[in-house]
Amino acid sequence: MDFSDTPEEAAFRVQARTWLETNATPRTTEGSEYESLGERIGEAELAAAKGWQKKKADAGWACLHWPRAFGGRDATPIQTVIWSQEEARFKTPPNIYLIGHGMAGPTLMIHGSAEQQQRWLPRMLSGEEVWCQLFSEPSAGSDLAGLRTSAVRDGDYWVVNGQKIWTTGAQFCDWGILVARHDPGLAKHSGLTYFVVDMRSPGIEIRPITQIDGGQGFNEVFFTDVRIPDSNRIGEVGEGWRVAITTLMNERATVGTLSGDAFGSADLIDLAARLEVDGAPALANAAVREKIASFHVIAKGVELTGRRIVSDLSQGKMPGPEASLMKLLGARLIQDMAAYAMDLQGEAGAMVGVDDAAHQGRWQYRYLAISGFRIAGGTDEVLRNIIAERVLGLPADVRADKGMAFRDIPRGG
Amino acid sequence: MNFDFSEDQKFVQRTAAEYLADHAPLSVCREVLESDQPYAQELWKGAAALGWLGTTIPEQYGGAGLGYLELAVIAEEVGRVLAPIPFGGSVYLATEALILAGSPEQKQRYLPRLAAGEIIGAFALAEGAGQTAADRVATRFDHGTLSGSKVPVLDGGVADFAVVVARGEQGISLALVDLDAEGVSVEPVTCFDPSRPQARLEFAEAPAQQLGEAVDGLALVERVIDGAAVLTAFEQLGGAARAFDITRQYLLERYAFGRPVASFQAIKHRLADLWCEIELARSNCYYGAWALSCGEAELGVAAAVARIAASDVFCKATQEMIQMHGGVGYTWEFDCHLFYRRAKLLAASLGSTSGWKRKLMDRLTQAAA
Repeated sequence: MDFSDTPEEAAFRVQARTWLETNATPRTTEGSEYESLGERIGEAELAAAKGWQKKKADAGWACLHWPRAFGGRDATPIQTVIWSQEEARFKTPPNIYLIGHGMAGPTLMIHGSAEQQQRWLPRMLSGEEVWCQLFSEPSAGSDLAGLRTSAVRDGDYWVVNGQKIWTTGAQFCDWGILVARHDPGLAKHSGLTYFVVDMRSPGIEIRPITQIDGGQGFNEVFFTDVRIPDSNRIGEVGEGWRVAITTLMNERATVGTLSGDAFGSADLIDLAARLEVDGAPALANAAVREKIASFHVIAKGVELTGRRIVSDLSQGKMPGPEASLMKLLGARLIQDMAAYAMDLQGEAGAMVGVDDAAHQGRWQYRYLAISGFRIAGGTDEVLRNIIAERVLGLPADVRADKGMAFRDIPRGG
Repeated sequence: MNFDFSEDQKFVQRTAAEYLADHAPLSVCREVLESDQPYAQELWKGAAALGWLGTTIPEQYGGAGLGYLELAVIAEEVGRVLAPIPFGGSVYLATEALILAGSPEQKQRYLPRLAAGEIIGAFALAEGAGQTAADRVATRFDHGTLSGSKVPVLDGGVADFAVVVARGEQGISLALVDLDAEGVSVEPVTCFDPSRPQARLEFAEAPAQQLGEAVDGLALVERVIDGAAVLTAFEQLGGAARAFDITRQYLLERYAFGRPVASFQAIKHRLADLWCEIELARSNCYYGAWALSCGEAELGVAAAVARIAASDVFCKATQEMIQMHGGVGYTWEFDCHLFYRRAKLLAASLGSTSGWKRKLMDRLTQAAA
């Protein structure tokens, strides 16, 4: 049991920190501010994000986990984690490259042709081109393979019609990874094909979605007779699901960005010290103390589970679906803590103004935003199924649409 | 970074698991539960022969001279089989108190025999119903004699000596008393978990000696309890994991409505949630073990966190165990109640969960101040 770096890890950390210190400004305030699930990226932020990525790419600090052949550093997973930890100590622009670097890039490396890799990967790495994901649809969320957007072959092109949703950053993205249905006569998973689409193609319309907390990080993307050259197809026709699974599995590679610190109870203790119950600080109240203690036990457990995952990476083991538990328990914890923090504020718990509400209203916003975290990237219910089936080996759910041609599957209203 | 046990420690754990799989099926626990025998004597001898009783006892006193991490992994296995032996009272508490604070003479007198399994120790803190708090005990220790009443004392009925939390002129201290001495009476009590019996100890001017130097007794008591809490948490973790495994297996084998019960989402999701909570408790237990072995400054918080998580999850796992077994889970014949009882016994010994939550907050807010 040892929380400290190995000599190799320590040396890498020093190397990373040294570069960051000469190229970025340290973060001054600790991260207790409110964070939305999605914020609209403006022109200035986009330029800053691209500038920062270029700087990293020029110095060899971009896409550490990518193979050297594609411009990466062949970094081990623990090195990627160390880099993320160090970078988080500095003020950096919003990361608009998660989909590209973490999901689209690795997918192209496995399923793309040499020509496709050469065409897209270098400018993805340098940050000149930004990527988005066009998977979810209004009626295909947890049941992703039930998507309906159609792709019909027309000579050397495919003609795409339909609607995608929950696309982060669609307005400023250059390319999108798209899964569409080329044959509704086949079974659900067999009729899908995977494409790369130029987001500036005629026939694409992008509408921002206003979230529960007022943020606008996501979009709806409408496709009307959008033409995609067949040379943008990734994998064979009908292999879309298999390619998409590669993309989704790589979502886990972003585990390095998981931080248990966000779940801490320190913020709640601070709030309880500022408020009163029965004429004394809430923090002195026995019921309040017991409640915060309960939160702390879960918070510490989530944080330490994150450390176990990092430890596995350090030991050269890849974390399995076990990482799902951090999101499952962590998101519920934050929702429960935020609800309790609002309760502690009494009637004022219903105010959100920066000047009026305790802690500048961040608990109220957290309470709004966290409801999205329990859905994005796998709902609580999907995560429970993943744990039940892949970790615990319980039988798969009975599927009413098994073996049916897609067009015959009942679809409700 | 390696937030895990070493290969050597995992080897210790595997060896313990293999031995217990052969020598401590649940029928051994049931035998103690259903009979008058207070513990499984053969299993106790085996634990002594394997060196478990002296895991942390220095080699000069006949122990193995290993660390808390080795003891923690053994505790997990002991918990997994619901071993009906006085491991907790004797090893985590009485032995640890002697190692931490005993004088050289006291260590020489007790530790070699503890390591060999020739004598059993107990730790006497509670004085009846209500909050267990070391600084509120009424038992007196003055001028070499002990007077007062301690109940319940885990393993008190089979112990040869006890380490007793008592009040003297200097404040709280730990007194060492041989239980066959004059002025000592040991009475059995009716136990919620008869596979791990407790007793009532009465002292009427019984001859006793101070454990080690007369130092800050309260801090010592807290340190002993924190260490035992971490080790007990591993027992609880092992018990929870086993209850979970048995339940999962049962649900895979039992069919209803033409399918395995384990295929219903109402069951799958609850098992997934329970598994998450067990893993969460495991993380907290590892933190406790780390603090106990090399992070003394964080031990107070880490022990409380491990203790609360492990107590809660063992109780919850056993509640779910009975519920998911259905009617048979409620029968004497099925083993569910062995787990259900043990979970509550371990959650009660060393003080209740609500008491530990108060302690945790005291320590968190002190650390911040």
